[in-house]
Parts: sequence; C-alpha cells; structure tokens
Amino acid sequence: MGLWTRYIALLLVGGLAALAGAGAAAAQTVVGVTATEIKIGNTNPYSGPASAYGTIGKALGAYIKKVNDEGGINGRKINYITYDDGYSPPKTVEMVRRLVEQDQVAFVFQTLGTPTNTAIHKYMNQQKVPHLFVATGATKWNDPKNFPWTMGWQPNYQAEGQIYAKYVLKNVPDAKVGILYQNDDYGKDYVKGFKDGLGDAAKKMIVSEQSYETTDPTIDSQILNLKSSGANVFFNVTIPKFAVQAIKKAHDIGWKPLHLLNSVSSSVGVVLKPAGLEAAKGLLTTYYIQDPTDPQWKNGQPYKDWLAFMKKYYPEGNIDDAFNVYGYSVAQTLVHVLKQCGNDLSRENIMRKAASIKDLTVPMLLPGIKINTSPTDFAPIEQEQLAKFDGERWVLFGEIYGASKK
Amino acid sequence: MDSRAGEAKAAKTGAGQAAAVVAQSHATALATRPVGVTTLLVVLAAAAMLPFFVSGFRLFQFTQVLIYAIALLGLNMLTGYNGQFSLGHGAFYGIGAYTTAIMIDRWDIGYGWTILCAGMVCLVVGFLFGRPALRLEGLYLALATFSLALAVPQIFKYFEHWTGGSQGIVLSKPKAPFGLRLTEDQWLYYLTLAATIVLFVLAWNLLRGRVGRAIVAIRDNHIAAEAMGVNNALYKSVVFGVSAAYTGVAGALSALAIAFVAPDTFDVFLSITLLTGIVIGGFGTVSGAIYGALFIQFVPTWAQDISKAAPWAIFGALLILFMYVMPRGIAGFLHLVWIRLTASAVSREQGR
Repeated sequence: MGLWTRYIALLLVGGLAALAGAGAAAAQTVVGVTATEIKIGNTNPYSGPASAYGTIGKALGAYIKKVNDEGGINGRKINYITYDDGYSPPKTVEMVRRLVEQDQVAFVFQTLGTPTNTAIHKYMNQQKVPHLFVATGATKWNDPKNFPWTMGWQPNYQAEGQIYAKYVLKNVPDAKVGILYQNDDYGKDYVKGFKDGLGDAAKKMIVSEQSYETTDPTIDSQILNLKSSGANVFFNVTIPKFAVQAIKKAHDIGWKPLHLLNSVSSSVGVVLKPAGLEAAKGLLTTYYIQDPTDPQWKNGQPYKDWLAFMKKYYPEGNIDDAFNVYGYSVAQTLVHVLKQCGNDLSRENIMRKAASIKDLTVPMLLPGIKINTSPTDFAPIEQEQLAKFDGERWVLFGEIYGASKK
Repeated sequence: MDSRAGEAKAAKTGAGQAAAVVAQSHATALATRPVGVTTLLVVLAAAAMLPFFVSGFRLFQFTQVLIYAIALLGLNMLTGYNGQFSLGHGAFYGIGAYTTAIMIDRWDIGYGWTILCAGMVCLVVGFLFGRPALRLEGLYLALATFSLALAVPQIFKYFEHWTGGSQGIVLSKPKAPFGLRLTEDQWLYYLTLAATIVLFVLAWNLLRGRVGRAIVAIRDNHIAAEAMGVNNALYKSVVFGVSAAYTGVAGALSALAIAFVAPDTFDVFLSITLLTGIVIGGFGTVSGAIYGALFIQFVPTWAQDISKAAPWAIFGALLILFMYVMPRGIAGFLHLVWIRLTASAVSREQGR
C-alpha cells in the first residue's frame, strides 16, 4: 500500500502544480502572415457522400496556384491548406481547429456545407478568425451583429425567394400563389424571403401554403391541395427528390400554373430529365453564375479565360461542372479582398476589407451582377437572373433582379 | 490466453513437463505484477499531466481518443467478449449524443446529469433491441443492427421539433466548475478522462469475474454455457444493454466536445469505424479499446497527410498491414511482446 499512496501523492502534487501554471495565453501578432507568405485554410468533402462538392476545393487550389505563379499578391505567395472533412461536422471541427491552432492560418475560407459550418460557427467567432465566403446558401451567415467573423458568398435562400416575389409582382398582377416547401430552415428561409419580397401583397396573393417532411414518401396530396386552392403561381421549394415528384404530379393532373422552381433543384440531369422534359417545359428558376454547358457563353472572353485556366491548372477537372466555375469565381473574390488589404493582413483588416466590397465584377458571374458588402451586409451576391426551361435547357431572360438590402 | 498458450506448449513437450510450465507462468505473473502496475500508473500520470504539455487542439484530439475508447470498450464487450456482431453502434452513439443535446437545449439540464441519462436511455434501448435480436445469430444480427444504423439518422431528422432536423442542435462547451482555472478544452479532457477511468474499471471488474466467464462462455459455445446453467437470453440482452450504454455515454461526451450534433454524423460509416477500431485494437480485450481509439482517431488524418489524392487507399493498405502483422490486434501483439520479454527476464533470474 505504501507504494500506492506515494504514487497518488505524486500525482496530486504534480496536478496541482500544473493547475497553477495553466491559463497563460500567447500574445497575438499577425498570425499566418510573413513577408513572403500568407497562409489560409479550407475544408472540403473530398470523400464521403458529398464528395461531388470536393471539386470546389480543388478548383480553389488550382486558382491559387495560378495567382502564385503570377507572382502572388503584394509579393506574398498564398499557402493554401485544405483538409478533407468528409462532410462530417465533428471532423470539420477537428480540421478547422488544426488549421487555426496548429497550422496557424491567417483565416479560414470557403469551408463547405451547412451542418459543417454550423459546427464551427461559434468557434470561429470566439477565436476571432475570419470565416470567409462559406460555401452554403443558408441565410444565417449574414448576421454581422452576432457573428462578425463569418460571411457567406452565394445568394442565400431568402435573397432568392425575394427575387421570385419581385418577378411575380411585376409580371403577374392577378397572382394567386401556392407554396410547397420543406419544413425546415431551408424551406422556411425561402418562404420568408418570398413573403418579404411581396411585402403587403403577401396576405392577399398567397392562397395556400403546403409543407412536407423529408421523410414523407410522396407529396401528391400537397399538390392536389395546391391545385384545388385555385393558385395560378406555384412556388416550388423542394429538394431534387421531391422536385421530380412535384413537377410530374402537377403535369399529370393537368395543373398549369406559372411554376417557380428553387435553384436547389434546377439540375437538368438530376431533376428535369427524371420528371420528364415535356412536364418541365416552362419552369422558371434563377441563375447567378455562367453555366459552362450553356452555348451562349462559349464565345465570350470570361469563358475562354476560365477554359484556359482549367486546361492549364486543373486539367483533371470536369469542364461541364458548374462547381468549377463556382470555385474559380470565389477564389477571384478572395484575391480582390487580399489585394485591397495591401500590407495590413491582420485579421481585423481582412474582415474590414471583406465587408467593404463595392460593385465588384467577377467575370464568370452573369453579366450585370455585382458583388457588394458593407459592415451591416454580409451577403456578397444578392442579384440573380431568371431562366426559363425550353424543354432542353435553361434560357436566361429579362433583367437582373436584386434582393432589397436591409 | 495465458493458459491456452501454456496448454499448447504442454501438449508439445509432454505431460510430464506440464506442471513445470504452469508453475513457471505463475512465477512470471507474480514477478511481473509490480511492473504492470507501475506501467499503468505511469500511463495514468502521463494522461493526467497531458493538458499542460500540449496545445488545445491536441488535447481536443486526445479527448476524442478517450471518447472513442469508451465506445470501443462497449462494442468490444458485445462483439469481442460475447460474440454478438453489431454494425449499428453508431446509432447508440447518436442516441447518446442527442439525449444530451436535447436535454441541455430544451430543458437546460446540467450536462453532468445528461451524460448519466444518455447512458440510461441507451441501456434501455440496447436491452430492448437485444431481446428480439436474441433470435438472430451472427450475420443476421449484423444485418439487424445495420438496419438500426441506417434508420436512426433519419429518425433524428423526423422528430425535427426536438432534434432540430437536419440543421442539428448547437450547444455551448461546458466551462470548468468550482472556479478551476482550466480552459474548456482542459476541463472536457478531465471530465472525459474521469469517465473513461470509471468505465474501464467497471468493465474490467465485470469481465474478469464470474459474469465475464459466462459472457465468454456464451460466445465460445452457447449450448455448453446453457448446460452449465448460464441464462443465455438474459446475459445476451443485458450485455447488449450495457454495451449500448457505454457507447451512449461516449456519444454524450462527444456532443459536449464538438458542441454540435447533426443527424448525418451518426451514419453507417461511424458504425463501421467503431468495428474497425475493436478489430485493430484487439478483439475481446479491455486495453484494445485504447489502441483502437488511437488508431481510428489518428490514422485517417495521417493517411491524408501522406497522400492528398487517395487517403482512403492508404488507410486501407494500413488496415491490411496491421491485420497481417498483428492478427490479434495491437493488444494481442503487445501481450505477446510482453510475455516474451518477461519470460526471458524471469528465466534469467532463476538462473536457467
């Protein structure tokens, strides 16, 4: 027993001594920046169920290589560190902590996914590390008051909802709107944006709201309800699986409203073909980025530049994949911010410059769309154009619509 | 395993020498006990001091190792000791995590209680699942538990009012109590370490005595066990419950450590990862849970550092290599090394 007590005493003494010394924090200087380098971090799902998105992380890396080959930014090369999180929030937390605490990056950029970013949202803001241009459409990234270190990039669901509302107000004066939405944050975001966009007219115009759960087997009864409500405009806020059902069912029962399909489900291959191209004719959706398969862009300089970039820096990437256009465009936005920072690459200044983008044009966005941010507006892209499905492809038409700034 | 190796040796060398061999292995056990205790205490002391020598990020990783170790120990009781295969322990991990998250988020209950409740909920769910699963053997049980792993994430999404649906639930990390000057990471580590020690001691006590022998007997030959008076049905469902409870506690701790739960975290891949952990760590051993946890925590990341292009191919190759070099897991391998070392030390002392 003597041996035991001695061990335990030793443990206790050691523990107490260590406790007393704890709590010391290192002083912060400009983390992740030297005279020749700026270190930035990223996570992407290179493996797992969402690995189709992984090409975004690779396209970002390819564009940064191009920037470095051309001399970097203000004499600094960008050291881009990207880790696989498999779209699993615990892995994202681990990898982002590794980036911030071990690799000591200046900031984290374009982390992908809504649940994954939710898991690190608080952490980034507690650590006061910029969490820039996250790759998700949720509206919560635009909350500068509570989360001053996090910023989105693509149009969020509310902004898109507002844009459909503006179109309806302008073009369908006698609109009676039926809404089908997924009963979660994503669906409610769209509906909120849509109602905000309609403003006072919302009460009068919306005649029926139907929701579904992702676990529902079908949404047939919701579609029947919407038809019998007499709606002549159908705002369809569904994920691909249910979008297919909704388009098919509406066609089968002979309901022919003005059908607004959220861009989440605008894929021709995944949604419209399975639903039937005939049934999908006349659908409307929104676009903000040039679709690389759309022939109208092929002769433009932006597309040619992008293609040259893909050939040289990311030859294994798929040139039909819009995600590669997306990654290219986000990287260009980032380069703009870093150039604006000049030699002051402190985290505060990076955030300041990211929050003061004025009318930035990014070549592969649709012509006329401009990026704007301010200290109270952390939603960079809030403009989109509508497109109509002609039975074969989406055809852009009309003006660029903008969500109203708050 | 000691005695089995001894028996094999005895059969080879002839019955006459058997007694001598048994006597020697007794001598080895006696001579090495202080060494074993010392090793254990050194490891414990190192674990207790760790927070003051590593960064917050590393500490977070080691907290995850401990959490995995608890889950692996639970699974090992069921699969390694009792011979019931589970491809669905990720589901219990998830149920534990959600129990904690919902209790904190909805009712603002102290996180310490929620860990206990997570264990209790999983004990009951595991026991109830174990009852009908009694009729299923081997592969069929594996399939039944697999279906559990598939179903549970969707069930979490379905009860959106409670679980927050696919958006999950965001929590805050618990702060150190009693005015201790510990960071959140350090406190979580100690909390997890304490839970790990308690649960390991309990498991060790359970498995080495009469109950443990009955559990193993059911695995080795359930008819013989029944004939010896072991209540197979009861034992199997209780082991299922206890195993689920361990995994549930691990899930609860992980919810606190990550401070976020989302349904798709607890997918089939997690269940398979846990199974990988017990096989690599050492099937049917207590210490194997720690080695397995170290493996599933660190090796995938190393694989990623070795090759960005094909980390899972590297991981797969490592798995095969481990299986080839250490067919009885890391625990079995270390045990073998230990026996070789101590046996030669003892025979030197005895002047043979």
